[in-house]
This record gives sequence, structure tokens and C-alpha cells, in this order.
Amino acid sequence: MKTNMMTLALATAMTASGAAQANISGDAVNIGVLTDMTGLYSAVGGAGAVAATEMAVEDFGGEVAGKPINIVSSDHQNRADIASSKAREWIDNDGVDVIVEMLNSSVAIAVQKLASSKGVVTINTGAGTTALTNEECAPLGIHYVYDTHALPVGTATAIVENGGEEWYFITADYAFGQSLEKNTSDVVKANGGKVVGSVRHPLSTTDFSSYLIQAQSSGADVVALGNAGTDFTNAVRQAGEFGITETQTLAGMLVFISDVHALGLETAQGLQYTSAWYWDQNDEARAFAERFLERTGSMPSMVQAGLYSAVTNYLQAIEETGTDEGKTVRAYFGETTMNDMFHKNATVQPNGRVIHDMYLLKVKSPSESERPWDYATIEGTIPGDKAFIPLSESTCSLLK
Amino acid sequence: MSLSLNAILAQAMLGLTNGAFYAILSLGLAVIFGLLNIINFAHGAVYMLGAMVALIGYSYLGSWIGVPELQAGFWWALALAPLVVGVFGMIIERTMLKRLYQLDHLYGLLLTFGIALVLQGFFLNYFSTGGTPYPATPAVLKGAVDLGFMYFPTYRLFAIIASLAVCFATWYVIERTQIGALLRAGTENPNLVQAFGVNVPLMVTLTYGFGVALAAFAGVVAAPIYSISPLMGADLIIIVFAVVVIGGMGSIMGAIVTGLSLGMIEGLTKVIYAPAANTVIFLLMVLVLLIRPAGLFGKER
Repeated sequence: MKTNMMTLALATAMTASGAAQANISGDAVNIGVLTDMTGLYSAVGGAGAVAATEMAVEDFGGEVAGKPINIVSSDHQNRADIASSKAREWIDNDGVDVIVEMLNSSVAIAVQKLASSKGVVTINTGAGTTALTNEECAPLGIHYVYDTHALPVGTATAIVENGGEEWYFITADYAFGQSLEKNTSDVVKANGGKVVGSVRHPLSTTDFSSYLIQAQSSGADVVALGNAGTDFTNAVRQAGEFGITETQTLAGMLVFISDVHALGLETAQGLQYTSAWYWDQNDEARAFAERFLERTGSMPSMVQAGLYSAVTNYLQAIEETGTDEGKTVRAYFGETTMNDMFHKNATVQPNGRVIHDMYLLKVKSPSESERPWDYATIEGTIPGDKAFIPLSESTCSLLK
Repeated sequence: MSLSLNAILAQAMLGLTNGAFYAILSLGLAVIFGLLNIINFAHGAVYMLGAMVALIGYSYLGSWIGVPELQAGFWWALALAPLVVGVFGMIIERTMLKRLYQLDHLYGLLLTFGIALVLQGFFLNYFSTGGTPYPATPAVLKGAVDLGFMYFPTYRLFAIIASLAVCFATWYVIERTQIGALLRAGTENPNLVQAFGVNVPLMVTLTYGFGVALAAFAGVVAAPIYSISPLMGADLIIIVFAVVVIGGMGSIMGAIVTGLSLGMIEGLTKVIYAPAANTVIFLLMVLVLLIRPAGLFGKER
């Protein structure tokens, strides 16, 4: 009897460990954080993105399905060629199972395509172009936080309703800027406004004077800034120097908390912008934000918070499916609803687009701010199905 | 885009600001090349170094030496950064450049290029390329001046005036004074000048230090306008080289005039067809090289 019990126990133990024996490639889960470490977007992603990933891995327990988790990171310097060769090296030589962040639309398009062709999932938390889920969609790509369609649905609608009818664009001349300008123009026109002109500037420009003067001479009500990061902050600062803000409204189409921090409330007050997440939006968000602040010295941007959520959910997917194989993990994302400190009731469409609510924020005046980093109030919520392009209108070839 | 007179004048003013920086930097390059026969590729990097010294002097120096309230303001930086960077330049000249004078131009170019890369790489570790704003713009220079056709920031007007003043002062010293005469003589025939008892190696070192100090001065003046980035010099030096080629290496006044005019041409191109603004200077350079290879004001060597 005893031996039978022993054998039974042993057999059960063996099958149990057999079931837990997951199909993890290379016996470890390798996460690659590809971001802008030294350039114009470094405050939005950068070292903070790596920190967010580390926090997600630590909170998950440091291992998934019994295997360790490794994080590698690299600076893509906003160059698609550097990013592509790094991604290739990661996938071919270092066994990286997922590439996250990306934070630059041309980088994101290139890396998403490359990774999907090699069976590796990409979760893009930083880049904005809607092309990622339309003409440049890829089977294993997930577009996590925001896109250039959701941003103007919030910001442009609000500004046009407030009387800003004629728009002039100052746009960064690459994938993101072009996408943002097109989507914003569509929203402006749909709301009865008019686009009177636009000018393109190279990525990472420090002197916006001539573009701002052209915007000024156009006489438009609204000068829309189709750029982000230090491009945005430089433009806002110089707009103040040239007296643009006295007669025209500045519209920041993509603003992060790091930008408001760099500009200061005195300069940035009154700016309306659309965001997927604000650190003060509920208790869970606040708890995460305070930990991030203590760890890095800055409050997390929606990109960094989104990255924490994305990595956590990715690890959850591996735990549930028992494998880190690209297709299986991506399929898991398609079937689950996500609920965490970053978003509630979020789903992933077949083209990779994550659907969640977006928020319209307004920057506080210096007197309204009660503590450091208390920069914005949430003025409204845009439901996910309104913010993002409906699946029926997507031009993604995977949907055919 | 509207080609109204106001728009054109406004862009010309903005172009004049850029042109003032091109002038002061190409002046430094011309002086260094004229006397040392060195193509100073590190010129952009020392321009950036000047801006960095100004930033560090204000924001970081105090905490390093334990006196947190110590903040070297803008006027201090304007006076001291060129000195600090000039001394740095002189050390480089004494220890490294000196050994290359009898060799081909190429070695000097490679050495200074290497120095530029080292400096940039060093600062890239600490500062973002998107630009750190300069926090100490003096209050008296803030605000804007109403020029009638536009509101022009007071500081940019100051930048133009300061750069032009320094350029003309340099031109005056080199072309109209005894010291300048010695310098020019040393360029033409260093052995003969040395035979007259003039310490030519010292003159060379001081000249290099002065040229570098000019670039650093431009860097400090530029800091409040363009933000401070480790690559600010690299972006600029390519254009300045084109300016020097167009103007001709031999002439001081030529460098100043060419720098200003090309700045304005670039500014006007931004109104007519913005994407061409970055390339119009190089197109002109190609044209000048085809028609007058020595440059518009240069002398055949």
C-alpha cells in the first residue's frame, strides 16, 4: 500500500512538474527595450522605459513559467536603420522574445515588420502613427498606448469647439508628423474648421523661429504643433519669445508630462492635450507613479506607464499559455480583456490596436498646482470606440 | 506661404541671426587656417564646449565646489567661457597639433576631427541631443523689440550686435594693428619673422587659442537661442565649412561678409521653399567651386 501511494505520489509529482515544464525558447524570457536614450524623446521613454520594464519584471516575481526573465535595452537614436540592425541582432543572436517601446514611428514601422517576419511579438508603447495598424500592420505587432487618430479626436475637437477654426501646422517631417497632421486635419474639417497652411521641419530641430514667423503671418487662429519631445518644448518656448501666444492659440497635439515639466507651469498653463493615462487618475495609478518617482526622480509618462502594463500583461500571457512563442502569445492578447493600473476593459483588435479610453487634460496654472508634478486636470474622457479608428475602416491587409 | 514684404523682412532678420553665427565661426576657422594651415574640424565641438561651460558654470559648478549659491550668470560666462575654452585649445595645440605642422593637411584634419568626436561623445553621456534650455538669460535681454514688420526677440538682436562687434574688432586687430601685421607676416613667411626675433611658435599657440575662444564666445551667445545640445556644433560646422569655402580661406572680411549673406539667403529660402533651406548653401558652394575655386574673396595659394 505504502509503495503504491509512494508511486502514485511520485507519478503525480512528475506529471505536475511535466505540465509546468513550459515551452520557453532558450530557457529564459528575453525582453528587448528599444528606445531613444539620448535624443529628443529620451525623457518620454529612455532610461525611464527601462526602469518601467524592470519594475514590471520585479513585480511579477522575476521569473515566469519557472524560467528567468532578462531585460536588454538599446538606444535607437531615432534611426530606423540602427534600430533594424539591433532588432535583427537581438532576434537572431540573443534570443530576444519580445521587443517593446520603440518610441519613434519610423523605427516602429521598420522593427514591427522585421520582428513579425521572424515570429517575434512587438509591443509598441511609444510610437504614434496609425500606419502601424493600417497599411503597415503586421501579424505579431501590438500598438499599445495611443495613436495619431486618438490624439486629435480629443484635442482638436475641443479646440475647434472653443472657436479655433483656422489651423496652421508646424509638423515634424517624418512618419509620425505626417500621420498626425493628416489625422488632425481630418478631425478639424469634420468639425467645421479649416486648414490654412502647413510647414514641415526636420526631426530634432532647435530653432523654430522661421516656422513660427510663417505661422504668424498666416493669421490662423490655431498654430498646431505636430511634433513631440524637445521639438515641442523648443517650439512652445520660442512661440512665447516671438509673441505668437498673444494672438494665436497653440495646440500641442502630442504632449507628455515630461514636456510640461520642462516648460514649467508658467509657460504651459492652459494647454489642452489628449493622453491615455495620467498619474493622478486613480489610486492604482498614483501608487505606481509614486514608486516610479522614487526610483527615477520623475513621474512616469503615459508611455512608461503603458510599458509597465504591457510587459506585465505579456508575462501574464506567457504564464497562462505556457510558452513564449510569438503567435500563441499574440493570440492570447486578442482573446483577453486587460484591467490594471494603466487601463480598464482594454481589448486588442485583430490589427494590433489596443482599445481603451483616452482622457482630455488641461495644464494647471501655477496657483492651482498643489505639489510637484501636479500639472493637469482631467477635463473629459473619450471612450475607446470613439477615440480609435473602427475596425471596419482599417486598411490593414490582415483583415481581408 | 505668403510672400508679403513683412514676411520676407522677418525671415531676413532671422537669417541675419544665423548669419552672425556663421560669420563668427568662419572667421575663427579662417584665422586658424591662415596661420596654422590646420583645417580645424574641432571648431564645432569647441563652439559646443563654450555653451556647455556656460551651462555648467550656472547650473552645476556651485554644487561641485560645495558652494551651491554660486551661479555664474550670463555675463560671467560671456567673459570666462572663451578664456576657459581658449586655454583648453592652447593646451591641445601645444601637446598635439604642434607635431603635425610639417605634415600633410590631412593629419591635422583627422586629429581635430577625432578631438571633436571625443568631446561630443563625452557630453552625450550627460545631455540629451534634443537640447537643454539655457536657464540664465539675463532679464534685461528678455522680451521683444517691435521692428514694425515683426516682434523680434531682444536677445536675438543682442546676439547679432555682439557677434558683429566681435567680428569687426577681430578684423580691425588683424588688418590694422601692429600685432595683426605680425600675424599676417608670420603666415606668409614664418622663418623670416622668427629671424626678426618674434616668437612665432608662441604666436601660433595664441592664435589657435584665440580662434577657439571666438568659437566658444559664439557658443555662449548661441546658448539662449538654440538650446544646448552635444551635437549643436556638429550640425553647424558643416555649414560653416561651406561658408568658408564660398568666402575663401584667405580673407577675414570675406569670411564675415559671406557668413552674413549666406545666413540671409538661407532665411529667405525658408520662405520660398522651406525644404531647400538646408541645401541652398551647398548648392552655392558647388557653384562657387566651379567658377571661382579660391572662393569669392580668396586668393589663390
